[in-house]
Formats: sequence, structure tokens, C-alpha cells
Amino acid sequence: MTLPNGWEMVVGLEVHSELKTATKMFCGCANSFGSEPNTNVCPVCLGLPGSLPVLNQMAVELAMAIGVALHCTIAPSTFHRKNYFYPDMPKDFQISQYDLPINSRGYLDLPDGTQVSVERAHLEEDTGKSTHLGGSGRIHGADHSLVDYNRSGVPLVEIVSGPDIRSSAQARAYASELRGILIATGASDGRMEEGSMRIDANVSVRKAGAPFGTRCEIKNLNSLRSLQRAIDYEALRQTEVLDEGGTIRQETRHWDENRGETSTMRTKEEAEDYRYFREPDLVELDPDQAWQDRVRAALPPMPAARRARLEGLVSDLSDAQRDAIGTVVELDLDHFVIAASEAKADVSVALARSANEIAAGIEHVDKLSVENFVTTVAMEQKGELSATQAKKVLGVLLESGGDPGAIAKSLGFEQLGEGALGELVATCIEENPSEWARYREGDEKLSQFFIGLIMKLTKGQANGKAVIAELQRRK
Amino acid sequence: MSSPLSRDEVAKVAKLARLRITDAELEQFTEQLGQILEHANDMTSLNLAEVEPTGHPFGLINVMREDEVRPSLDRDAVLSQAPDAFEGRFGVPRIMGEAP
Repeated sequence: MTLPNGWEMVVGLEVHSELKTATKMFCGCANSFGSEPNTNVCPVCLGLPGSLPVLNQMAVELAMAIGVALHCTIAPSTFHRKNYFYPDMPKDFQISQYDLPINSRGYLDLPDGTQVSVERAHLEEDTGKSTHLGGSGRIHGADHSLVDYNRSGVPLVEIVSGPDIRSSAQARAYASELRGILIATGASDGRMEEGSMRIDANVSVRKAGAPFGTRCEIKNLNSLRSLQRAIDYEALRQTEVLDEGGTIRQETRHWDENRGETSTMRTKEEAEDYRYFREPDLVELDPDQAWQDRVRAALPPMPAARRARLEGLVSDLSDAQRDAIGTVVELDLDHFVIAASEAKADVSVALARSANEIAAGIEHVDKLSVENFVTTVAMEQKGELSATQAKKVLGVLLESGGDPGAIAKSLGFEQLGEGALGELVATCIEENPSEWARYREGDEKLSQFFIGLIMKLTKGQANGKAVIAELQRRK
Repeated sequence: MSSPLSRDEVAKVAKLARLRITDAELEQFTEQLGQILEHANDMTSLNLAEVEPTGHPFGLINVMREDEVRPSLDRDAVLSQAPDAFEGRFGVPRIMGEAP
């Protein structure tokens, strides 16, 4: 979207990512989504008096992995108490990192070649979850909220970008690439719908080259699509207010996905006073170089490197194939394409089948072995299966596993082996001598005539390329 | 002696801490907190240029634990201590504003 009247949007994102640890940040309660309410709680995460936090080493390690992946500086850091009152936070303060975060000053390269700076990526703990009861007819009416503290104390990394983003599409690309990195590092499962990755967007507008305008923070962005829509809505709203001579108040706004608009949540007329002070129960965190080096060495390839590797396998890469590679890397299907390439099978076919057919059946991907995938691609390449048939075979493999040859046979695709196809082609030639003569004299269009006949005979199951090969062979 | 702390500042701190205090208490705490600040100010008369900031008395760093699950509390026992509970959750007065 382009803003009217020479306005430019300025966007910075704050991404909260829950870390995939076994336990919470400061206690040994399980960090698991979807447990029965209040079953993973103890004196520490319930904020009971006298309890003491002890830092989870794995949370630190995952935060460092994120820092390394985002090219941050890892530095000695401390923990602070951020004091405020809200029922989902039983201690009445959140332990977070304040002036000295573990990771600072990094950046993220986007697939389109732009770069977004990362100001910091710090550790903090998550809050509990409250459910607001509405309506009537329940024992507890609208005057109560219910709180589950299973999430209280789950480790989080908050990644704060610089105000470098200039379009909603770029914001989405940043969030998407960051999500890929969080998943690749093993730090997060990146599930926005479960809230394990949450995004707040700071949006302001200005005339090109002018100082930054007043920003609004948008919350409740539960998907990449919401993120993009909300930023466009908010930037346009601000330009309309300003064009009519109004002013933007610094405030927090709530995105309503159904209505497609943002609305005021609370005004930040004076900065919140969180009375930050050092958490006296936690000591300084100062990962030594050896530990940092171990984390760096253990870091698997990031999405950008993986895309580059796959792109190197395809000659004359098209835009569609570039997109397909993005999908393959996002869904962690690289090994299918790489195995096909190593087996000298057609990489373009392997890429298309991975990005489409495997992606469509991604929930069953465990049933599809790399060997069976490569075999199916090879069968398609050899003309033993048409593209349509290969897709069906993959569908069955994903649904219930099995042997590609046997599946092809059970689906009645067997007669399309080279021999059977050859016989069909021979019959068609015999029955249509004049068309065959014209084809032999160089009228290539007639190949379509023969393909049409074969398709009719095989109910669309034949492979067009294989038919042409048979015709050429008999010329 | 003028207090290093004003009544308004003490009232603000009390409000942030959700403490309801009377005018007499406000007077009393302004004076008492002022004395504590006075005492802290004594430090500024010392030359501490050569002294490293101390975050912890023993200089400990990197105190951590392994990422191993330990038993949590029994839910019924936990909720039995709560003023109000419903469907396995703590019941609290309805929250009007959003969390910061």
C-alpha cells in the first residue's frame, strides 16, 4: 500500500517469543502449552512470599542462539523488576532485562535484500493468562476474571527492531523471516495462533525526510496477515488525522481483526512508571567466550543459507520456484529436495512436489520417507507416472505410507509403464495414418492430436511428455 | 531542614504501590523516607571514584540451574488458599484495563 500525499510510514516491531525449554524461566515447573489450568505452578511462579528465582540455563542458551542468529553482541547483563499490578502477574512485578540486555545491536537481512536493525533481544518471563467472563447465566458473572498461572514464568525473548521498516509488506517479511530464524535455532515453535510468538507494532507517519512522528503501539496481532492489515489501517488513519489538521496522541491501540480497525486501548499521556530496579535475588549473567562459541558452533543453518543452497540446485530459477523454495524452507522440507538432487532426480519436479503436494499434507509428513519421495519423482521423470498420477501417489504416501510402485499399481497407473504406453501409441498411429504422415513430415502441432487420443484412452492418466517421446522414437 | 522528598512525591509512590495512606501518614512517611534519603546522600560526600559498582556482595555471576522438570504443587491445595476459584482457575475481580 502507498500512503497518500507524500506520507511515509515508519514501523518498528517488538516480537515476543516463548522459548522451547522443558521448564520455566526461574523454577522447575513444566513449560507446556495446553495443560489443565494451574497444574504447572509452584511458589516461585505463583509469587508466594519467600520463594526465590533460579535462572534456567537452557533459556539463556536459547536466548544466546537467537542473539547469534541476529548478529547481536552478547554482553554481560542483569535482571530488573518491572513493577505493576495486574492479576495475571502474581508477584506484582515482572522479571525482565532493562538497561543491560543479553543481546544488543544486531540486524536481520530480508529476502528482498533490505536489512532491519535489531536494537535488543532480551530475556524476560511471561505472565499468566486471564479469561474474562462475559454474559450471564454462569456462576461467576461478568464481574469476575479467571486466572491460570501455567504460563506465568515461561521464558520469553523480546526482540525489538529499530524503526527501520517502511511498509506493511516489509513488516510482514521481517516477522516471517524472524519466525523462520526462531524455529531454525530451536528456540521457539513460532506458533502465533497459540501465542508462542506475539507481535506489537509501533507505527508512525512522516513526510519523507522529516523527523519521526508520534507513534502508536498496536497490540493483538495474532497472525502475519493481521500484522500487515493493522499497520496499513493504522498508517492510513494517522495520515487522515494529520491531513485534517489533527494531531496523533501517543497511545496503545487494539487491533480488531473482524472489524479491520484499530481502536484506543489506553493513552500514554505520561510514561508508565514501572519503578524498575535490580532484581536482588538474581546475579549478573556473563556468558564466557567458550560458552558463546559453543552456541555459535551448534547453530544450524539459518533460512537464508538454506534457501541459497536450494536455489543453487535449480538452474534458471523462476520467481515461482523462488517462492516454492521459500515454502520448502519454511516447512522444513529441504531434505526432500536435496535428496532428489543427490539421486540425480529432477530438482524442479522435486521442488514443485515438495512445495505443493507435501506442503498440502504437511501434518502427515512423517509417513513420507525421503526414499519413497525420490522414487516417486524419478518415476514421474521417467514417464512411468504422469504429473497428475505422481501427485496422487504422493497423496497416498502421505496419507498411509507404503511403496510408490505398489501404490501406482493399486491405483491402476501401471499400464502407463513405457511398454504399455508404447503399445497405445502404436495403435493410435496405425488407426490414424494420414495424421501420422503429416506429423512425420514435420507438422509438430499433430503431437497434440495424438496426446489427446492417448489421454482419452487412458482417461487422462498418460504423461504428455512421455507420449511425445514415444512419437519421436517412432518417427 | 528541608526534606529531600516532597509530600507529592511520597503520595505518588504510595499510589504506584497501591497503598492508601492518611494525611498524617503522608506527613510521617515524607519525614521518615526523607531521613533515609539523607543517609544515602551521606555517601556522596565520600570519594568513591576508585570503587567498582557492586551488584552482588560476593561478586557471584551465572548462577543457573539445569532445565529439568520438578514436581509442581497440587492444584487443589493451591486453590484452597485462594479467596475465590472456579473451574481450576483463580477468581479475581473483573479486570477493566488491559495489561501493560
